Amino acid sequence: MRTDPVVLTVAFGYLALLFVIAAWGDRRAEQGRSVIGSPTVYALSIAVYCTAWTFYGSVGRAAESGPSFLLIYLGPTLAMLMAPFMIRKMVRIASTQRITSIADFISARYGKSSSLGALVALIALIGITPYIALQLKAITLSHAVLVNYPEAADFRLADESFWVDKSFWVALVLAVFIILFGTRHLDASERHEGMVAAIAFESLVKLVAFLTVGVFVVFVLFNGPMDLFSQVAESPRLVGALGLDAVPGGATGWVGTLVLAFLAFLTLPRQFQVLVVENVDERHLRRASWLFPLYLVAINLFVIPIAMAGMLLPFGNSDPDSFVLTLPLSAGLEGIPLLVFIGGLSAATGMVIVETIALSTMVSNQLVMPLLLRSKRLQLSSQGELAGWLLGIRRVAIVLILLLGYLYHALIGDSYSLVTIGLVSFAAAAQFAPALLIGMYWRGATRVGASLGLIAGFLIWVYTLLLPGFAQSGWLDPDFLERGLWGVGWLRPYALFGLEGWDIYSHSLLWSMLANVGILVGVSLFTRQSPLEQTQAALFTNAMNPGLQHTSLWRGQTTRGELQSLLSRYLGANATARILADQKSSRDNSDPAPPAMIARAEQALSGALGSASARVLINSVVRGEALDLESILSILDTTSQTLEYNRRLEQKSNELAKIGEELRTANERLRELDRLKDEFVAMVSHELRTPLTSIRAFAEILRDGKDLPEDKRIHFLEVVVLESQRLSRLIEEILDLARLESGRLTLTPQKLDLVSLTRHSVDAVHRLQEDRGVTLQLDIDMDEAPVIGDPDRLEQVIINLLDNAGKFADDDDPKVRLHLTRHKEHFRLSVEDNGPGIAAEERERVFEKFHQIKRLSSSAGKAKGRPRGSGLGLPISRGIVAHLGGRLWVEDAPQLEGACLVMELPQAPE
Amino acid sequence: MSESRNETRTHARLITLICLAALLFSPPLVLIFDRPAEQGLSWLPLYLFVVWLIVIGLAAWLMEHRQEDS
Repeated sequence: MRTDPVVLTVAFGYLALLFVIAAWGDRRAEQGRSVIGSPTVYALSIAVYCTAWTFYGSVGRAAESGPSFLLIYLGPTLAMLMAPFMIRKMVRIASTQRITSIADFISARYGKSSSLGALVALIALIGITPYIALQLKAITLSHAVLVNYPEAADFRLADESFWVDKSFWVALVLAVFIILFGTRHLDASERHEGMVAAIAFESLVKLVAFLTVGVFVVFVLFNGPMDLFSQVAESPRLVGALGLDAVPGGATGWVGTLVLAFLAFLTLPRQFQVLVVENVDERHLRRASWLFPLYLVAINLFVIPIAMAGMLLPFGNSDPDSFVLTLPLSAGLEGIPLLVFIGGLSAATGMVIVETIALSTMVSNQLVMPLLLRSKRLQLSSQGELAGWLLGIRRVAIVLILLLGYLYHALIGDSYSLVTIGLVSFAAAAQFAPALLIGMYWRGATRVGASLGLIAGFLIWVYTLLLPGFAQSGWLDPDFLERGLWGVGWLRPYALFGLEGWDIYSHSLLWSMLANVGILVGVSLFTRQSPLEQTQAALFTNAMNPGLQHTSLWRGQTTRGELQSLLSRYLGANATARILADQKSSRDNSDPAPPAMIARAEQALSGALGSASARVLINSVVRGEALDLESILSILDTTSQTLEYNRRLEQKSNELAKIGEELRTANERLRELDRLKDEFVAMVSHELRTPLTSIRAFAEILRDGKDLPEDKRIHFLEVVVLESQRLSRLIEEILDLARLESGRLTLTPQKLDLVSLTRHSVDAVHRLQEDRGVTLQLDIDMDEAPVIGDPDRLEQVIINLLDNAGKFADDDDPKVRLHLTRHKEHFRLSVEDNGPGIAAEERERVFEKFHQIKRLSSSAGKAKGRPRGSGLGLPISRGIVAHLGGRLWVEDAPQLEGACLVMELPQAPE
Repeated sequence: MSESRNETRTHARLITLICLAALLFSPPLVLIFDRPAEQGLSWLPLYLFVVWLIVIGLAAWLMEHRQEDS
């Protein structure tokens, strides 16, 4: 079953199946029923990250350097956690700017620069070639192991010609397959739905294959994980294999690899392709941000058990990179090894397909097209011819890229294990990270800075990783590894500037990133951006700003006709009709094209050719300043400033509203006071005039009536005296009130006994009350009630209360009761009467100045000689009590059913 | 208004989770778990897998939870 024909049939059958899936995906996409519109498919397509390197190489790395293989997956886990911020922004930018690749992205960020785009494409081409070589090696190697087992797999390169080498044929078959697969038609948006569907399927296949081997090894070859690990623990050779000691570079190497994997995950061209370019809906990121890490956990779960088992079993001297195959083969199985081979093939082809398509897009859009456009050689005559040109360029690029991979494999592929090759490419891709990430968040990064930084980082990568690789394979003189270039010690590639003891990747990453970031930032601070660069920088850094979506940026002028002929020349008639279709403006070709239409035309061209070339083409037909840079910059500035202003304005207006409210209440209070003052003056004059009038009247009678009888004269004189007394009392009260209100009332507080004070006051009014026929009842619960107060004033209050009660008591049988009691830390003196009482709503008003309760039978009261009050007694009393820290209020009489006034004073401290 | 505040809260939680994950995956915390168990094998791989799964679980909860909110 492991004969060549069977294996080849299965392999080609599998490729055919992929092709069918891709075709089906494309068909569905054309019908508008996309199969990749699901976050799960998106997450699976990202798993193209797990290549043959993961499938075979992880086990090898686990066997050689312990848990460090996990770092290659922990880095992407961290990156995916950031997806809702970072990758979402990249997706947003890519969809608004119609970005086709990472080279296009970086070129667009720095003013749609063709040179920077070409630089990125070149670096990607050189840096990724080893990675493609790795996949070819994995396919060839796994095939050799599968067919030749148990004899040693003869995968060493023969000295014979290349056509005997299987890798060459693998590369060619893959090239043909990818050409059929990826460049069947030129989509304006550069999306490959069918490819994504096939990649997602491949991710499932490799996961299932790997899990199958894992379960087989752990549960069939051994009796579960406990058995396996207890056997491992008994083997002294393996005891240290899982610790940090096995990790090259120790803790530094650990962090270095983690950072490297994090950066490479974002910048590898194929990852950028599936993560950003092929993303159909930014909401998919949410699910993918945890589903993809989960996939990584699943595919790594059995790596350590397989590695341990491989080293434990007697044939352990074979290559750890092929343990995944040799373990089931050693058990004499036929089916599982074939499944593993297909899994590895999935992993390898998935990577090669996406990577090659991404690279070929870069080569055609960033390297070849700009040259063709510039040299004016490309004279397109007939409509839609460009599509043919582009497809042709890409097909040639695909073949060349794969041949380049083969070349690398053939020349130096044997000197490295799988993992080492992969990390070399990672370090190359990581060079894009500063230009990409800093450019996304720092508006000041300039094209010159980014270009120089990239070049510096790339050169250091070449010197510290690529050339040593060449040297180790005997291609260069390995002498310079030991002694440094020209014998200069501090130029040793693995210990640059004397930095020793680091693993080669962390070492290379450190120096290249230092140079890259340092030059990018440093040069940016001292160079100027062109206007287009400024705009693009602003558009990229503010990509999440919703205000930008509908801004039309074009101000240049062209006609519909010119635009139409340009578009149809490059994109074909159908696409042109679609782009110009929903314009409601006139159909006349000599009319000027609206700005929105020009913007859409540029976007459509960008989708096919890359932003730099699209810009060149649009500029060829648009006259005048093409882009309204001033306005776009001002829009960006104002939107952020406006938000800030709005926030401050809101704050200020809140404060204003609060102040206004305070002012209004203050004003109302002032007006109320003013009204009260007016009333007070009116009442005072009224109250003063009444006794004055009667005094004057009686005095006049006495002056004029000389013959008045003696008894009458005496009576009149008594009235005058009484009214004068009333008048002076009133004035006294008014003065008291004035002092109270102005706060000038002078009290002399002293410790006194409320009981004796009360008795004293009662004695003072007793005669008067008796004269009026009032029955006064005294209930004093205690012997002593120490309070702090002014004795004269307090007596005044008590007398006032008793006096009032007497006035308002029942006319026929007036009764007044005084009750002194203790209430918690206070003393309460209540005076109640058996009068009509005070209605609930009147109870607070009795403390207003000149408020006089209308008595139902006031005339009767007067008849009994009980004078009306001035209406000032209670306000004054309350003022005094309040000054002494007490309270005065009205409540229902508990016993006599009339009104009850309660005075409460705090107990004096001991 | 409240929706964007929710968004901000989720973002703050997510950033905290990222920092936590980065911390747990790096030295010196990793060094603490790099010690042999009784049998002689290092705890490190087990620790990494457990932390990895916890981080993914928390991320899943955050992401899917927010989906229900909005």
